Amino acid sequence: MTRVLVMMSGGVDSSVAAALLAEQGHDVTGVTLKLWGGESDSGCCSVADVEDARRVAAQLDLPHYVFNFTDDFTQHVVAPYVDAYANGRTPNPCIECNRTMKFGRVLERAALLGYDAVATGHHARIVATGDGPRLARGADVAKDQSYVLYMLGRSELARALLPVGELTKADVRTHASRLGLRTAAKPESMDVCFITRGGREQFLSTRTERTPGDIVATDGRVLGRHDGIESFTVGQRRGVGVALGERSYVTDINAPLATVTLGRREDLLRDRVALRDASWVNGPPASGTRVLVQCRAHGDVIAASIVDDVVLFATPQPRVSPGQAVVAYDGDVVLGGGIAV
Amino acid sequence: MTYLDHAASTPMRPEAVERMLPFLAATYANPSGSHAPSRAAKTALEEARETVATHLRATTREVVFTGGGSEGDNLALKGAAWAARERGDADGIVTTGIEHKAVLGAAARLAHEGFRVAHVPATADGIVDLDALASALDSRTAVVSVMLVNNETGVMQPLDAVAALVRERAPRAVLHTDAVQAPQWLDVGIAARDADLVAISGHKFGGPKGVGALVVRNGTTLVPLVEGGGHEWSLRAGTQNVAGIVGLATALRLTHERRAEEVARIGALRDQLEAGLQAALHNMAVNGDPARRVAGVLHAAFPGTEAETLLVALDQGGIYAASGSACSSGSIDPSHVLLAMGMPRDRALASVRFSLGWASTSEDVARALDVIPRAVARLQPAGQFAS
Repeated sequence: MTRVLVMMSGGVDSSVAAALLAEQGHDVTGVTLKLWGGESDSGCCSVADVEDARRVAAQLDLPHYVFNFTDDFTQHVVAPYVDAYANGRTPNPCIECNRTMKFGRVLERAALLGYDAVATGHHARIVATGDGPRLARGADVAKDQSYVLYMLGRSELARALLPVGELTKADVRTHASRLGLRTAAKPESMDVCFITRGGREQFLSTRTERTPGDIVATDGRVLGRHDGIESFTVGQRRGVGVALGERSYVTDINAPLATVTLGRREDLLRDRVALRDASWVNGPPASGTRVLVQCRAHGDVIAASIVDDVVLFATPQPRVSPGQAVVAYDGDVVLGGGIAV
Repeated sequence: MTYLDHAASTPMRPEAVERMLPFLAATYANPSGSHAPSRAAKTALEEARETVATHLRATTREVVFTGGGSEGDNLALKGAAWAARERGDADGIVTTGIEHKAVLGAAARLAHEGFRVAHVPATADGIVDLDALASALDSRTAVVSVMLVNNETGVMQPLDAVAALVRERAPRAVLHTDAVQAPQWLDVGIAARDADLVAISGHKFGGPKGVGALVVRNGTTLVPLVEGGGHEWSLRAGTQNVAGIVGLATALRLTHERRAEEVARIGALRDQLEAGLQAALHNMAVNGDPARRVAGVLHAAFPGTEAETLLVALDQGGIYAASGSACSSGSIDPSHVLLAMGMPRDRALASVRFSLGWASTSEDVARALDVIPRAVARLQPAGQFAS
């Protein structure tokens, strides 16, 4: 038996994770994270979600606590999110939350409190290899969340349990119904948890100065004006507001000059993407290692090779928006990844 | 189990439970009726009112039963502010940054309605800043609300001095005091004699939850929050919670009768707890003026720990304490009381309240002294101890 601290969001996946661990005989404690103190309409971190988690824990006869990490979340997740858009990058706040909150602050607290492991309801698996634990894709390929957990190293993987990664989402719902959990039919949350009804642009507009500038063509011609680079993402097609006579895409955002470059789809194609802040579970891959990469949540799997934290695509790919994570796999097993430069 | 959270709620005194039981079963009639069963309920209600009036040194006409401390505070602030607005002679609300959220919430609502609201800070010792209070008062101040005993630090507030300032500088003002934390430790009738409005809550001194009283003195006019059948001198409509009121009155009487003995006994236990923790944890820092604390409270910072983590470790060790003010989701925000005392955020977030009460024993203290130092030591990074 292991002492496990399960992060219970109030959703069905983490409810079932807690229930399965308890059924397996672990000594389980539930914790719900209060991450966002501001207004939110997406439901995340709401009193109702905490109440759902608490009620599920009570039904399973588990102790349940709430950890208030609003200060840390603002500092480590929300501020970098705002900063990224202000600098023309496209952040993935879920990854930063997993890195700094769930497998950062929570893991640290769990260790202080004598827990052997933390668990979440993520759809990903931790597999044992001769070389230690590895993160792998979840059994339900459509729900796989290994992409947002790529940063987990050996030390984190050795102290993490992801019980629903072995299940399909349908299995999860079946378990929830079998156990009579109140969250069995709860809809999934899809959006960034702290973004309010007004959407990303409204959220950003109250937190960062908008930086208007020129919309330019790939040859430098000025095509028009935009009212803030925060509204754009590299690779974006719609909502650009300027007609080029053919389908146009954002091919570049230059934050210091506040320019947004538009081009054709061909102008977006790249044969490589360089990574920063790369983390590799077993050290950097040998130069030229053939891998599969995924460049966005639920994105396609792309054949590539890796040389010194640069991903070389087997065939040219639409440019990865700077700020997005690029995750490398050997089959279903995560090797690591980094942030697109 | 070692329950050190009496400031949040106390176990009921068995005699109070005993006295309530008939009114949960046999004596169920509405006290407002005219038949024999109603008269029995009415007699119990009015006897309870006499008991409460006696122990709060008020008249029965001055005692309004409420649904608890938060309701009493809301009735006091909103009721007096709305009455001033109807008269048209005052529009200012003056309170402190260390009040219970019931007072702060009512004040925020009144600010939203257009009242001028000022929050007076506290000193680092947790005492309302009287100079700041003096400058906040004026001839159009309608309500002043200063608590008698702070619910986090346990620090008694200088209500006599507050009242003197109010009478001198804000002659139109009604003085309310949230005395919810006081009855176990102080003779509220004396300590709050200069207040026009005094709120108490049953479950803080061995009575039931969901019932309280507001003393309304000196002909103070209030506009009611709940209107209807004219109950409670037309200040709080609704069929009275007879069982709860009987329980509250019984608990108040017993608290009053046993106060001297209990304050001495509990104070000694608290001092023993504090000395033991201080000896084991040299960098523990007591919050609030030790000379002005009520006997049951030890509020202290444990540098290098996070209170939220420490409370989990203590819970798992069977020691039940609290920190800050638990919000509706159960998470812990940094205490607005400690922040209003000018305390740095990290010290506020490292602070825990241990509160003893009538049911506390020396075994509780022994167990606490066994568990708390080990839990703190486990959570503090190496080198955090001052010695």
